[in-house]
Order: sequence, then C-alpha cells, then structure tokens
Amino acid sequence: MEVEISAPSGPPILKFEGVSKSYGPLKVLRDVTLEIRTGEVVCIIGPSGAGKSTLLACVNHLESIDAGTIYFEGQPVYRYLRNGRVVSDPERRIEQIRAEIGMVFQSFNLFPHLTALGNIIEAPIHVRREPPKAARERGLALLGKVGLSDKTDAYPHQLSGGQQQRVAIARALAMQPKLMLFDEATSALDPELVGEVLRVMRELAGEGMTMVVVTHEMDFARDVADRVVFMADGMVVEEGLPEILFSKPGNPRTRQFLQTVLNRNGRSEAQN
Amino acid sequence: MFILREMISFLPPLLEGAWITIMVSVVAYVLALAVGLMFGLARLSQFWPVRWAAAAYVQFFRGTPLLLQLFFIYYVLPYGGIVLTPFASGVMGLTINYSAYMAEVFRSGIQAIPRGQWVAARSLGMSRRLLMRRIILPQAIRIVIPALGNFFVSIFKDSALVSVITMRDLMFSGELLASATFKHFEIFTMVAVIYFVISYPMAKLMEYVEARLDTSRSRFGGKPA
Ligand SMILES: Nc1ncnc2c1ncn2[C@@H]1O[C@H](COP(=O)(O)OP(=O)(O)O)[C@@H](O)[C@H]1O
Ligand SMILES: [Mg+2]
Repeated sequence: MEVEISAPSGPPILKFEGVSKSYGPLKVLRDVTLEIRTGEVVCIIGPSGAGKSTLLACVNHLESIDAGTIYFEGQPVYRYLRNGRVVSDPERRIEQIRAEIGMVFQSFNLFPHLTALGNIIEAPIHVRREPPKAARERGLALLGKVGLSDKTDAYPHQLSGGQQQRVAIARALAMQPKLMLFDEATSALDPELVGEVLRVMRELAGEGMTMVVVTHEMDFARDVADRVVFMADGMVVEEGLPEILFSKPGNPRTRQFLQTVLNRNGRSEAQN
Repeated sequence: MFILREMISFLPPLLEGAWITIMVSVVAYVLALAVGLMFGLARLSQFWPVRWAAAAYVQFFRGTPLLLQLFFIYYVLPYGGIVLTPFASGVMGLTINYSAYMAEVFRSGIQAIPRGQWVAARSLGMSRRLLMRRIILPQAIRIVIPALGNFFVSIFKDSALVSVITMRDLMFSGELLASATFKHFEIFTMVAVIYFVISYPMAKLMEYVEARLDTSRSRFGGKPA
C-alpha cells in the first residue's frame, strides 16, 4: 500500500476493511480494502458492473455489506463486531452519518415538487433543524457558488441537466458534509453540459473538500485526483497516483481498460 | 298541471333526503381518505405484521359486498353490545369499504415515485417518516388525486345502499314516499334526477381537475429542458 505517496494526508475519514457484498449469487464487492484521508480526492474508475456504485452506496449504508467493516472517522459503523458480538448502529446514528456525507447521483434525483432553493434548504431545515432564515441565506450563497443565482425559484423541470446537477451538488453541500460522493455525476449529461459540472467539482476539490468520485472522465481524474483506484469484478485491482496509474499501470487489466476508454474518448473527440 | 303540483309537494322530503345523502357521502369520504392513507402506508411498512394486517384489511373489505358490511354493522354489531345509529352505521360501512380501495390507490401512488427520490432523501439523512411526509407523499398525492376524486362520485352513488339500514337518505325518502303514494314512476324519476343533478357537475369538476393536473404533471420527471 502506497498511501504515504498521496499528497494530502489528513487523518483517515473513511476506511473499508475486507468489505464483501453479494446480490444473491452475484459477488459485487470482494474483500475491498480502501482508505480515504481527509482532504483527499480519490477517483474510482473501472468498467461498468465493477461494483463502483455499490461501493459508494455502502459508504452511507444505502446498501448493507455482508462481510468486513466500514470505518467513518475512525469508528466502525453500521454493523460491526465489538467484543466478539455483532453490533448494529441504531437508525438514528445511521441517519446522522448520512447527514455528514453528501451524495451526487448520475440521475440528479432532485425533488421535482420543490424549487432549486427548496431542494437545497429541505434537509438543513428538517434534518439539521436550522432556522429557515439562516438555511435560506446559505442556500442562496450555494446557488451563487454553483453559478445559478438566477434560478432560485426554478423547478427542476425548468432546468437543463447541467443546471440540475449543479443544484444537486449545492443540495449536498448545504448539509456541510465532511465527505462528498459523486457517482458518475456527468454520465447522463449532454457533452456540452459536462464542463459546467466538472468545473464546480474542480473548484470544490480546490477548496479542500474530501471527495470520492466515480467517473469516466479520465482528464478530470488525471488533473484533480490525488489518487486513482481501478476497480473490476468487485475488486480494487490497482490504486496509485494518477500520473503513475495512467502512464504505467501495473496490472494488465488496468492497462486494457485504459486503452479501451482512452481509445473510445479519442474516437468520439475525433467525431465531434 | 295537477301532476306538477303534486311533484313539487314531493320535493321537500326528497331534498331533505338528498341533504342526508350528501352529509353521509362527505363524512364517509373524508374519513375514508384518512383511513385509506393510513392503511396504504401500513401496506408499505417495514414491519411484516403491520404489512400483513393491512393487506388482510384491504383484501377482506374489498372482497365482501358493501351491502353485507352495512348489515353486519347495523344488525350484527348490536349482539356484541355495539349499537350505532343508522347514520353512524352508514358512515362506518362506507368508510371501511372505501378506505380499503383507497389504501390500494395510495400504495400504488407511493410506489410510483422513482427509487432515486428515496435514495436522494435518505442520503441527506432523512428518516423514513420525514422523507415520506416531505418528499414522497407530496408527489404521490398529486398522482392519485384524479383517482381519489372519482371515488367521491362513486361514494355518493353507493351511499344509496345505506337506505337498507333505515337511514333517511335520498333513496330511503323516495321509497317511503313511493310506498305511501304509489306514484313510483314520478317519485323515482325525481330521485334519479336529483342524484344526477348533484353527481354530474362533480364528475365534470373531476375531469377539470384531472386536466389541470395533467398539464402540471410535466413538472415531474419531465425530460430536462
Ligand atoms: N439491487 C441490485 N440487485 C441485483 N444486482 C445488482 C443490484 N445493484 C447492482 N447489481 C449488480 O451488481 C453489479 C455491480 O453493480 P454496480 O455497483 O452498479 O457497478 P458499477 O457502478 O461499477 O457499474 C452489477 O453486475 C449489477 O448488475
Ligand atoms: Mg455505476
């Protein structure tokens, strides 16, 4: 493990230790061990079906794991062994952890019956019990941050995909999370809208946000990631600094994956 | 001319009955909405006994005739020491019967909300209760409003059945008058006209509401601009 070579090295905020998960007979995560440090940006790449989305969903217990342990801020969470006995965190505790972890989805998942600002202030007011006035002010500031000050009262259906995803990022940030998860945040967007979302994500990384980013945007991974993790068949096949992993991948599977992805990207760029 | 004058003399008792019909329908409808929502939510509970009990309620009361349910409440419950007025019995029967159907409507409305909405709400730390109240139900209710609206028209018509447990609704008033005067044709025609005059505008109103909702439906899940 070459953790010491990654640039920011705060205390570990998230750790997977021997995590496995199956859907029936299908093994989706196999003995995954992974550590994320505070301030780090880690990009997860890998073919479709590798288990990347499942891994993210396990971080905030939207999916449960069958074996292994997840640590958040050094504490084992959700379901773990203590003194030889299996302990399950109460629902309240799980909700508190989720509130600390922002999540952005491929399909945006904005609440269609709420305005952009309404989406952003919903959880701060009802989960964090912030005074509505303070929540609104911060919500407006966040809309400004993602470049949508003029869309405060727009409903999701009135926004483009790129705008919706920026609102979704602001919604997650409104909870002042300690960790942000991005699951292919730009995959559902038309090519011309990808840039505006990546720009917001870059800015966030620049401000020191701890981020785990599942992405097919190799340029983003190369430029922004402190560390890149390659997953396939539910396993972490290889991880390392982006410049190393992209130029001299150690594992033949990584090499093969990068070749197909970079070729495909090259071809689509040639077409454009 | 004599006939017309006679018919006018029938009108006051019939209108009194119509008023009772409206009262029974409105009270039963409002109660059925509340009870139906409760059982619809219970059908989706994480706890299997709750789910099971709600399913049993729904299946049982949809699977037996409303008329029989009314008889049970009015004639059988007294053996257990529960004596209800005709009005209360009628309201209770309609409420139980309609809430069973409404539970299914609420359940399907809730299940029509995409999984992504649940996932997003939970990822923000919302409890099941909170996300149901703030995220899922507001969307589900918009979906089921047309179906629930149509239930009002049909509860209004089905309420005629309460006449069999001696409630003096429109139907019962008609029967009383008819058996006293033998003017079956005139009286039941008037009864039909009164039912229709009330139910038709309601049905039209529902169509209008449905159309309005349809245009605002594009708000939901519509393709991004
Ligand atoms: N809810 C589910 N039930 C059954 N199989 C699932 C479920 N979710 C994901 N899978 C399967 O698990 C594997 C990993 O999925 P996923 O984590 O979405 O991969 P990725 O995000 O890397 O494409 C896939 O084979 C997928 O079909
Ligand atoms: Mg995925």
